[in-house]
Amino acid sequence: MIHSLFLINSSGDIFLEKHWKSVVSRSVCDYFFEAQERATEAENVPPVIPTPHHYLLSVYRHKIFFVAVIQTEVPPLFVIEFLHRVVDTFQDYFGVCSEPVIKDNVVVVYEVLEEMLDNGFPLATESNILKELIKPPTILRTVVNTITGSTNVGDQLPTGQLSVVPWRRTGVKYTNNEAYFDVIEEIDAIIDKSGSTITAEIQGVIDACVKLTGMPDLTLSFMNPRLLDDVSFHPCVRFKRWESERILSFIPPDGNFRLLSYHMLSWDVGKINPQKLPSLKGTMSLQAGASKPDENPTINLQFKIQQLAISGLKVNRLDMYGEKYKPFKGIKYMTKAGKFQVRT
Amino acid sequence: MTDSKYFTTTKKGEIFELKAELNSDKKEKKKEAVKKVIASMTVGKDVSALFPDVVNCMQTDNLELKKLVYLYLMNYAKSQPDMAIMAVNTFVKDCEDPNPLIRALAVRTMGCIRVDKITEYLCEPLRKCLKDEDPYVRKTAAVCVAKLHDINAQLVEDQGFLDTLKDLISDSNPMVVANAVAALSEIAESHPSSNLLDLNPQSINKLLTALNECTEWGQIFILDCLANYMPKDDREAQSICERVTPRLSHANSAVVLSAVKVLMKFMEMLSKDLDYYGTLLKKLAPPLVTLLSAEPELQYVALRNINLIVQKRPEILKHEMKVFFVKYNDPIYVKLEKLDIMIRLASQANIAQVLAELKEYATEVDVDFVRKAVRAIGRCAIKVEQSAERCVSTLLDLIQTKVNYVVQEAIVVIKDIFRKYPNKYESVIATLCENLDSLDEPEARAAMIWIVGEYAERIDNADELLESFLEGFHDESTQVQLQLLTAIVKLFLKKPTETQELVQQVLSLATQDSDNPDLRDRGYIYWRLLSTDPVAAKEVVLAEKPLISEETDLIEPTLLDELICYIGTLASVYHKPPSAFVEGGRGVVHKSLPPRTASSESAESPETAPTGAPPGEQPDVIPAQGDLLGDLLNLDLGPPVSGPPLATSSVQMGAVDLLGGGLDSLIGGTNFVAPPTAAVPANLGAPIGSGLSDLFDLTSGVGTLSGSYVAPKAVWLPAMKAKGLEISGTFTRQVGSISMDLQLTNKALQVMTDFAIQFNRNRVQNMGRLARFGLAPAAPLQVHAPLSPNQTVEISLPLSTVGSVMKMEPLNNLQVAVKNNIDVFYFSTLYPLHILFVEDGKMDRQMFLATWKDIPNENEAQFQIRDCPLNAEAASSKLQSSNIFTVAKRNVEGQDMLYQSLKLTNGIWVLAELRIQPGNPSCTLSLKCRAPEVSQHVYQAYETILKN
Repeated sequence: MIHSLFLINSSGDIFLEKHWKSVVSRSVCDYFFEAQERATEAENVPPVIPTPHHYLLSVYRHKIFFVAVIQTEVPPLFVIEFLHRVVDTFQDYFGVCSEPVIKDNVVVVYEVLEEMLDNGFPLATESNILKELIKPPTILRTVVNTITGSTNVGDQLPTGQLSVVPWRRTGVKYTNNEAYFDVIEEIDAIIDKSGSTITAEIQGVIDACVKLTGMPDLTLSFMNPRLLDDVSFHPCVRFKRWESERILSFIPPDGNFRLLSYHMLSWDVGKINPQKLPSLKGTMSLQAGASKPDENPTINLQFKIQQLAISGLKVNRLDMYGEKYKPFKGIKYMTKAGKFQVRT
Repeated sequence: MTDSKYFTTTKKGEIFELKAELNSDKKEKKKEAVKKVIASMTVGKDVSALFPDVVNCMQTDNLELKKLVYLYLMNYAKSQPDMAIMAVNTFVKDCEDPNPLIRALAVRTMGCIRVDKITEYLCEPLRKCLKDEDPYVRKTAAVCVAKLHDINAQLVEDQGFLDTLKDLISDSNPMVVANAVAALSEIAESHPSSNLLDLNPQSINKLLTALNECTEWGQIFILDCLANYMPKDDREAQSICERVTPRLSHANSAVVLSAVKVLMKFMEMLSKDLDYYGTLLKKLAPPLVTLLSAEPELQYVALRNINLIVQKRPEILKHEMKVFFVKYNDPIYVKLEKLDIMIRLASQANIAQVLAELKEYATEVDVDFVRKAVRAIGRCAIKVEQSAERCVSTLLDLIQTKVNYVVQEAIVVIKDIFRKYPNKYESVIATLCENLDSLDEPEARAAMIWIVGEYAERIDNADELLESFLEGFHDESTQVQLQLLTAIVKLFLKKPTETQELVQQVLSLATQDSDNPDLRDRGYIYWRLLSTDPVAAKEVVLAEKPLISEETDLIEPTLLDELICYIGTLASVYHKPPSAFVEGGRGVVHKSLPPRTASSESAESPETAPTGAPPGEQPDVIPAQGDLLGDLLNLDLGPPVSGPPLATSSVQMGAVDLLGGGLDSLIGGTNFVAPPTAAVPANLGAPIGSGLSDLFDLTSGVGTLSGSYVAPKAVWLPAMKAKGLEISGTFTRQVGSISMDLQLTNKALQVMTDFAIQFNRNRVQNMGRLARFGLAPAAPLQVHAPLSPNQTVEISLPLSTVGSVMKMEPLNNLQVAVKNNIDVFYFSTLYPLHILFVEDGKMDRQMFLATWKDIPNENEAQFQIRDCPLNAEAASSKLQSSNIFTVAKRNVEGQDMLYQSLKLTNGIWVLAELRIQPGNPSCTLSLKCRAPEVSQHVYQAYETILKN
C-alpha cells in the first residue's frame, strides 16, 4: 500500500512529505531526481521508478510532482488514480493546486491527506465526505475561527461515509434548486500532410453541476442512446438500469461531478456534398525573431463549437423523483478540439 | 492569514520558542504551536525534541488539536518509545468514547504507533472495535489488524485477530468487507503459505455482492482477491465473469484493469465455442481503448498491460490498431510503449498503415523515439513476410536522409532482415557500404562489419573495407573488435589467397596486442582452428545460421501465462513475475527469487533486476554474444597440450583433430605461425572453461582456482547396458556456469555418430511455492566427429537452470537420455547440490540475523559430520571455494562457530551454523532454510566438500 507521499516542485525541492506507515527518508527521492535529470522535460519522467527497496510512482500536474513511495506489490493504477484524486481534492479545496497554495494551507493539506489514507488504504476520497471532516478554508471561516476559537475539523462522523450512497451527504439544502449538465465532446485526430484523416475519435463527457435539496433521484434519458457503447460511469449510476433500459438513473453527488465519459471511434457527420467538399484553411505566422521551427512541424489545432455535440448525442429528458420541488434544469452541448494534430 | 506563517522562524531559536508556546495556558496558542510543529514536520524538519510537550496537549476535547497531536505521535513515537507510553491512557479512554469518530480515530492512530510496548495495550481496545456496533469503527479496526500484524505478526495470531478478520468478510456492511479483504490480502502477501483468504463458492458470493456496493478502492481489493480464486467448472467461471463485467464501465481505471484481470484469467476456463466467450472478447476491447484516453501515467501502466494482453489474446484488439498511433506530444514513455504494441498488432491487413506511421515517426525530433521507430520497421519486416520488401525500401529511403543516427539504426535492422531472409535483399549492400564512413556507433559498425564478412564473396572490395576498420582496431569497442575478427576470418575462408596477410594481422592484433580476454580467446580459437584443420574451421565459422524470427521479441508462453495472472500489478509493468523482484515484501527479508538468472543477481538489491540486466561479473569471462565462441567452448580439446600446437592429428586429440586434412589444402603449402602461448598470463587462462584451460596446461589448477569441488568421474552408464557406449562423468561449477563433464567411450565394434542428450526435468516442492532447479543442457551435445571403436572423447556440457520442472525423488536426481546412431539409452545420476550454489551467496550480516530469526524453528535441521579434522579457517576456505560463504565467526567456550550462507540457483537461501571443536574430528551442522527438504542434500554437499 502507499507508504509515503512527497511533493516536489519542478526545480527539485521537496516541499511536503507525508508518511502513512513508518517514516521513509526523503533521500529515497534521489532516485526520482536522477530520473528527472535524465528526462529532458518534466512530462517525460517515467511514472514508475524502481529503487533498491521501494518503488516511486508519480504523477505530474500543475507543475508539481506527486511522488508516492511503495514497498510491496500494489496495483500501480490504484496508486496513480489515488494521486490524481489527491490533486483533484486540493483543487476542490483551494480552487487552485500550486506550491504556494499548498504551503499556505499546509495544516489543512496534512489533515486532508491523513483522512484520505489509513495505513496506505484509501479511507475517504469523496470530496463531500472530506469536506465534512475537514472544512475547506474560507476567509470568513478563518476569521470566525480566530475570534471564536472554533476549529475547521468536523467532530461528527460524516453522514454519507457508510450509507449506500457514500458520495452524497444528507441534509443538503438549497433555496434555488438546479441541475445543469454539460455534454462536452473533444475530437482527437491526426491529419496527414495530404489532408486525409489517419485517426479520429471522440472523447465525450457529461459533467454535471447539481444543487438539489434532500435526496433527489434522477433519471436522464437520451434520444439516441445507441451511440453510447463504450462508457465509464460515476459510481452513482445504476448499471443494471442502463444495461436493460439505456436510461441513466442515479442519486447525484452534491455539487460538481462527472456523470459519465464515453468514447467513439466513428460517428455520423451527416450529408456532405461531394461536389463541394468543405475545407478549412489557416495560416501560420511566426513571430518576428522566433527561431525557425523543425522542418515539418506538427500543428496542434484548437477550436470550439458551441451548442453542438458532434456525435449527434442528444439528451431527451431529465426527471426527478423522491423530492417534491421543481428544479431548474439545463443542458449545454459543446464540441472542441482535443489532441487535434495536423502533420505538415 | 495563511498557514505559511507557521514556517516563519524567530531569532531565539525555533525549538525553544515552540516549547514555550506548547506549554502556554491559552488553548488557542497551544493549537497554533502544534500547527507550527506539524508544518515543520511536513518539510522534513526534525521536531522530535518537542515530544513531551506535544503529548501534553493530547488530553483535550478539541478534536482538531487531538488530531494534530495524533499526527505528530505517528511520526515520532518510534524515536521516543518511553515517552509514547504516556499517550496510552488517552488512547484507551478514547476507544470507549461515545462518538464513533473518536473511537475509530483512537484505534487507528494507536495502530500506527510502531512501538512494541504500545501494541500490548492495543489488543483489548482493538478486539472491542472489531465488534463495534458502528461499521465505521469496524472498518477502521480491520485495517488496524494489518498494521498490528506488520509490527508483531505472532501477537496477531495468538490473539485470534486473524479469525475475527476472516469473519468480517461476512459483515453486513460492504465497506467493512472491502477493508477486511484488503487487510487480509496484505497480511497474506507477507505470509504466502498461510491460507488466509480461504475462498469458496459461499465467500465468493459474498464478495461479489459486496463488489456492487463498496467504494471504488474496495472494488479493487475485492477484484484482486477474486482473481486468486479457482472456479470449480466453466459454469461457475462464467457466472463470476458475468457479475464482474459491469466493472469494466467504471470510471476508475484501476477497477477496470483489475476486472480485466479476473476476466482474462477465468476466460481460460471457457470453451471457445461458447457464445458467451465471443461476447466477452468483444466486451474487453472498449474499456482497454478507453484507458488510453486517461492521463499519461495511467496510459503507461495500461499500455504495459495491453502489451501482455495482445500477446495472449491478439483477437481482442486486432481491429484497434489506430488507437495506438502516436501523438506527437505524448510523453516519450507512452510513445515507446505504443510503438511496441503497434508491432505486435501488425499483420498483413494493416501493415501498409503501420509502415506509413513508422516512417512518419522516423522523421520526428526525439532521438530515442526515432531509433525505436526505425527498429520497429525492421521488426515488421521480420514479422510480416509479405511486407519485408516494403520495409527494406522504407529503410533505404531513410538511409537516404543521411541523418546519422537513422542510418546507423537502419543498418542494424537490415542485418537482422538478412538473417531472416537470406539471399533476398543483398542487392542493397552497395547502398549500405556507401555509408560506411558515417557509422560511429559500435552496434552499427559491428552490424556493417558482420554484413561485409557474411557476404564477402559478393563484395569485391570486402578486404579493403575490412582493412580500413583494422587501422584503428584498438580504439574500437569490444563488440566491433570481435565482429571484425570473425568477419576477417570468414573472408579468409572464402577468399584465402588474397587475404592471408589480413587474417594474420587481425589474429595477432587480437591475441598479442589486446588485453581483452574475450578477444584473445576468440583469436586463439580461430588461430588454432585454422592451423589445425581449416576444413573444420570452415564448417564451424561458415556454418549455416539458424533463422531469426519475431518469436525472439515475444514473452515466453509460460511466463506470459503467469504474468496474465498479475495484470494490473507491478509485475505486469515490469513483465517479470513478482518472485523476480519482491518476496514477502517485509522490510528485512527482501530476497530475490530469480528463476532465470539466479547466479548473477545480488541479494542486496533484488529490485534492480527489473530495470535491465544486472551487472554481472561474467560477461568478461564468458562472452554472451558471438555465435561461434559458445559452440567452441563446449569442445573439450582433450589432454593438455604443451607448447604451440601444430597441424598434427593424433587419435587422442579428440574430436577436432579427427577431421583430418591440413591447412595446405586451403592455402597451398604456406605454413601458419602457431599462436604464442607465452603471451597469455596464466591467471587469466583459468576461468575460461575446460577447453581453453587445457590448452594452457592448467588442468590441475582449475578446480581449486575458481570452481567448486569436483568429484572424480564415475561410470554412469556401463558399456554392457548401452550397446558398447560407456559414459562416465561428473558435475562442475566454475564462475557461475554449471557443466556436466562427460567421457564417452566407444567399446563397440562400430563407429558411433549422431550424439544427442536430453534430461528429464527435476524440481522440489516448497512451502506452496515451487522451488525449481530445472537443470537442462544449455547447448546441444557436441561430438564433432564419429567416435571410432576404442576411442574416448571428453565433453563438457554446459547446463542451465531454466529447464522446465517435474517432481523428482530424491530432488537431486537427474534422469538422462543419450542417443546415438545405434539406440537411445537412459540412465540416472544424482548431482551434488553444491553445483547449484551461486557465487553471490554471501548474505550480509544484518540480513543473516534477520533471516535466521525469521525462518521458523521447525525448519531447522541438525547433522553431524564425522571424521573431518579441519580447523575453522581450513573449513571456511574449503567451503568458500564451493560458494558456501562464512558470514561471521565466533568462538564460544572453545568451540568455533561459523555462520554461513549459501544461495541456490533458484534464489533459495540456506543459512548454516557449523560448530567445530578443536581436537574433535566431528562437527555439528545446523541448517535453516525456507525449503527444509533441501537441507539433507546441503548436508551431503558439506560432507563431500569438507572431506575432499
